[in-house]
Amino acid sequence: MTDATHGPDAVTGVTPDTGLRIAEQRAGGEMVAADGTPLKRSLNRALRREKLRALALVAPLFLFIVVTFIAPIADMLFRSVENQIVSETLPRTVVALEDWDGDDMPEEPVFAALAQDLAIAVELKNHTRLGSRLNYETTAASSLFRRTGRGADDIGEDAADRFVALDPAWEEPATWVGLMASPDWIEAQAEWAAGADDDAGPEPRFELRDGVADALPRAADMYAAFARVIRTEDGDSPTEEEPWPIVCRALHGDLIANPDAAAGFDGANAQLLAAAAEAAPAFEVTGFRDTFLDIDEDWGDTTIWETIKAFSSPYTAGYFLSAVDLQLTADGVARQPEDRQIYGLLFGRTLFMSLTIMGCCVLLGYPIAFLLANLPMRSANLLLILVLLPFWTSLLVRTSAWKVLLQQQGVINDLLVWSGIISDGGRLALINNQTGTIIAMTHILLPFMILPLYSVMKTIPPSYVRAAKSLGATNFTAFRRVYFPQSVPGIGAGCILVFILSIGYYITPELVGGTTGTFISNRIAYHISQSLNWGLAAALGTILLAVVLVLYWLYDRIVGIDNVSLG
Amino acid sequence: MVLPPYATLGQRIWHYTFLVICGLIFFFLIAPILTIIPLSFNAENFFTFTPGMLALDGDAYSLRHYRDFFQNPDWQQALSNSVRIAPAATLISVGLGTLAAIGLSQGHVPFRRAIMVVLISPMIVPLIISAAGMYFFYSRVGLQGSYLGVVLAHAALGTPFVIITVTATLVGFDRSLTRAAANLGAGPVRTFFKVQMPLILPGVISGGLFAFITSFDEVVVVLFVGSAGQKTLPWQMFIGLREQISPTILAVATILVAVSILLLATVEILRRRSERLRGLSPA
Amino acid sequence: MKLKSLMLTTGAALIAVPALAQEMADEMTIVSWGGAYQNSQLKAYVEPYQEMHPEVEVIWDESSGEAVAGMRAQSEAGNITWDLVDVTAADSMRLCDEGLAMEVDPDEILAPAPDGTPASEDFGEEMLVSECFIPQIAYSYTFGYRTDVEEWEGRTPDEICDVFNLEEFPGQRSLEKRPHNNMEWALYCDGVAWEDIYDTLETEEGQDRALAKLDTIKDQTVWWTAGADTPQLLADGEVVMGSTYNGRLFSVIEEQDQPVAMLWDAQSYDLDGWVIPEGLDEPALNRVKDFLYFATDTQRLADQAAWISYGPARKSSAPLVGQHAELGIDMAPHMPTNPDNASNAFVQNYEWWADYRDDLDSKFQAWLAQ
Repeated sequence: MTDATHGPDAVTGVTPDTGLRIAEQRAGGEMVAADGTPLKRSLNRALRREKLRALALVAPLFLFIVVTFIAPIADMLFRSVENQIVSETLPRTVVALEDWDGDDMPEEPVFAALAQDLAIAVELKNHTRLGSRLNYETTAASSLFRRTGRGADDIGEDAADRFVALDPAWEEPATWVGLMASPDWIEAQAEWAAGADDDAGPEPRFELRDGVADALPRAADMYAAFARVIRTEDGDSPTEEEPWPIVCRALHGDLIANPDAAAGFDGANAQLLAAAAEAAPAFEVTGFRDTFLDIDEDWGDTTIWETIKAFSSPYTAGYFLSAVDLQLTADGVARQPEDRQIYGLLFGRTLFMSLTIMGCCVLLGYPIAFLLANLPMRSANLLLILVLLPFWTSLLVRTSAWKVLLQQQGVINDLLVWSGIISDGGRLALINNQTGTIIAMTHILLPFMILPLYSVMKTIPPSYVRAAKSLGATNFTAFRRVYFPQSVPGIGAGCILVFILSIGYYITPELVGGTTGTFISNRIAYHISQSLNWGLAAALGTILLAVVLVLYWLYDRIVGIDNVSLG
Repeated sequence: MVLPPYATLGQRIWHYTFLVICGLIFFFLIAPILTIIPLSFNAENFFTFTPGMLALDGDAYSLRHYRDFFQNPDWQQALSNSVRIAPAATLISVGLGTLAAIGLSQGHVPFRRAIMVVLISPMIVPLIISAAGMYFFYSRVGLQGSYLGVVLAHAALGTPFVIITVTATLVGFDRSLTRAAANLGAGPVRTFFKVQMPLILPGVISGGLFAFITSFDEVVVVLFVGSAGQKTLPWQMFIGLREQISPTILAVATILVAVSILLLATVEILRRRSERLRGLSPA
Repeated sequence: MKLKSLMLTTGAALIAVPALAQEMADEMTIVSWGGAYQNSQLKAYVEPYQEMHPEVEVIWDESSGEAVAGMRAQSEAGNITWDLVDVTAADSMRLCDEGLAMEVDPDEILAPAPDGTPASEDFGEEMLVSECFIPQIAYSYTFGYRTDVEEWEGRTPDEICDVFNLEEFPGQRSLEKRPHNNMEWALYCDGVAWEDIYDTLETEEGQDRALAKLDTIKDQTVWWTAGADTPQLLADGEVVMGSTYNGRLFSVIEEQDQPVAMLWDAQSYDLDGWVIPEGLDEPALNRVKDFLYFATDTQRLADQAAWISYGPARKSSAPLVGQHAELGIDMAPHMPTNPDNASNAFVQNYEWWADYRDDLDSKFQAWLAQ
């Protein structure tokens, strides 16, 4: 027992693992517990049980934090690389662009794919969102997609007119259903339509006829998309709606490419298709490329195509690159144009202001902590209340107070004018700039500097300084050579704490910072709620988080997270 | 900090200069909070001292902003939301946090350090990042804009404080007391409530107060995770400061300062009691 | 004739409000802009409606400035917490384009005018700018200035370009923290004719030119995000002139009696109205429709003008606009649509802004941060 009572267990007494150690040290002969099992095994079991019990106590909170806190942050990290929107909105275009070399305007098939994708996207109302997404990478993408979206309905109108002129049957929804739909679906749909009054649920999901996808690949693809979209978006049925013009245009393309397509059909369908196939080459239809150039000549520029190609993969580093003023181009990573380089500036400003605030806190906090540590307990406790009161006061209360004080017509300026230091016309601009943020945040974070400093200084024995003085040191030397070095850990702890807190501050800079006194956090909030660039917000957040975690690790190294004290 | 009688003139000057500097810093700490108190009794709709106020004219002061606070449905709704959300979040934080702190203090927790990092993280991660993450994630799972969402978010933010304060009271907790209780025939549950709990109670309560104030004073996360239905007092103040600036905010601020003084006093009393109970400082 | 129109109205009302028999939610979250404007909605629509339906509880959310973000997040989550959202015309287009707002047929869900004119005609095409938009008011962005600035030596700004004239009119200005209007004003004062403004803004050079003009006053500018900012800044004397919604200036000048005057020159018209989020559940939607039918009728829109100086969106409301509810002054001279105020006014091209908003926003914000 003796060795057990000397170590860290002096307070806790024997625990299973110290017992185990003792048992191991007793080399001679195996010790046996009361029930006859070897003591070693019995103690091992007890130790395991104790571990499990401790874990069971920790587990609920651990799971709670993981679900309510860690998972959201992981989700945000994921958002910073997520980029499905391009490949999901323009699947055909992305595939068609794979072979594009990037030198000239893409060929007709790419434009055809884009026309098909856009026709669907416009119906699903996805194209403006895609435009906004691409606009993060290249300006003018948003307006391009919006303008094009308004013209996309009409693409293929000329082909549709020709088909109808050839045979009015092409105007009939039934013609198309007969041509495209599988017999099973037609049957199921008819059954559903007959019983529709009795709340039979939604219409059955559309199915293509066997073989139609081989004979008329593009038309079948577009018709299936049409049937799907009008069912889910509009609650309509393909049996009642004329297909989009683009379906006719696709059919025209299929018939040119495969004039014998009618061979795969029978009856009326075969005749209809054969007639159309014969007439198709004579149809005057505008090419897809010309159509797009007609809607907006920017489609002739390679920039937009490069952007679509560069961002076609479902995951992208693009947001992170934007967050450090870089961009992904067709030729790899490059600097952003000068007028869009702002994040370096903002991160720099955030660091600069956080460091300034930290410095101010040290300057103001050190004397106070020194005074508190060297006063008798009773008066120190009384003065400590003056530090703790701001600490406990609502952040918004303190921010409102500064807003009142710092305004040009506010209390401080009024006082300065009244005392004659400045003239009424020369009132100082103390708010809506960096000065405002630094003053208000120094005030808000000062207690976080004073408290750790105070707790370190309390432990510095006054006898050291007295000894130094008795050895002939002046007051200043004694302080500089003896007292100050011992207080450095407190400065370190306070500085990191203040720095961590200030670097991620949002509320106070938002209210008193104007445009020059804001932090990267304000930018993150702007991207979440104003510009809606959530990917960039997530990327900026991830970088900020990484910086804070490194500081946190440092803090843990220097102070230890267990030693965080709260007043 | 007593000046020795043999101090030279220079030392005296320095000593008093130092005291003046400290006085100024204390003034800097306290004055902003004190300034808003008289301003909240302003009879006008301004944020500055009117000539009447400076002349101590009774008519320049009024309780209208306090009346506004107690009559305006927006403020009342915000108050009632705060009063509903903060205690619920505190209960969760304290319950889970105390259990975990006890578990962590048992000395045989595998991966203790890693677990601690995870549990303390809500206090370290900048609020805007927590808020952004929760906004996206809670939106996905349908918790955004609900009381439950705000309560869970605030509970997560409050737990680190409970862990830290309770762990601190458990440092130096004499484990032989629980063994003695077990020896005398008490079950683990009984031991916990009769022996351990009373000793760590001050820590639990002050941790709870921290968790409460965290939730009660929190604005960033609630702005993102909550919707208008969960508008809390700080939210209403934030809107007020950004949009419809009215001195009612100062009245609310004054009330909140009074609340903080109350809380501060409670924590201080608890801390002393705890130290006395554990014999860490002379009574 | 009168009787006939009355019968028509009641008849139409009876047909259009079968909602009474349906299940309706008792809680409604209305998103608006806060301040004097929200107050006018409260007095003119919500309080009278609650008198008729005391069981209805209304929760206000002052998030209209972030309406697009909020509705996108809610739609992504499939958890719609807003029932009725007040947005600008450009935002309504954007929400409609993205399928976040519900498309509505004005004649189906809105009351006809008292003389029986269907709602779509009563509002008119120039008001119904998107398929989702239910207009309430026409307002304008205009400047207010303090009348007691000593450094101005008695001069008062009487045209828009005085905003850019720091020599004659020194002092801080407040401008909106968005490119809208600021870019137009800057180009106009840089010598671009009104009809060429949007063509110029489409080009990179035009954008740079506008920003260069704004650069001349950048360090003398406070940027506002909420409509109440400029009135507050003017009242506190923090700025000497600033842009905001004309109604907010009206309340500073007439209601709070501050030494502030209005600069009507080159005011920029815009519209504001309701959208209904897509995906509301049945009871909530029924309640919203019931409320909207009431809150956008001719009398209610005219009533709103008694609280704030915005022009009602219905033609039939205009003759009913009377006096301020508390001050008893005639409201008509304070309306942005009043011919005396309309000199040099321009209509903000919201369609153009819907197209170019993303382009210009990113550029403007980068410029601001530099």
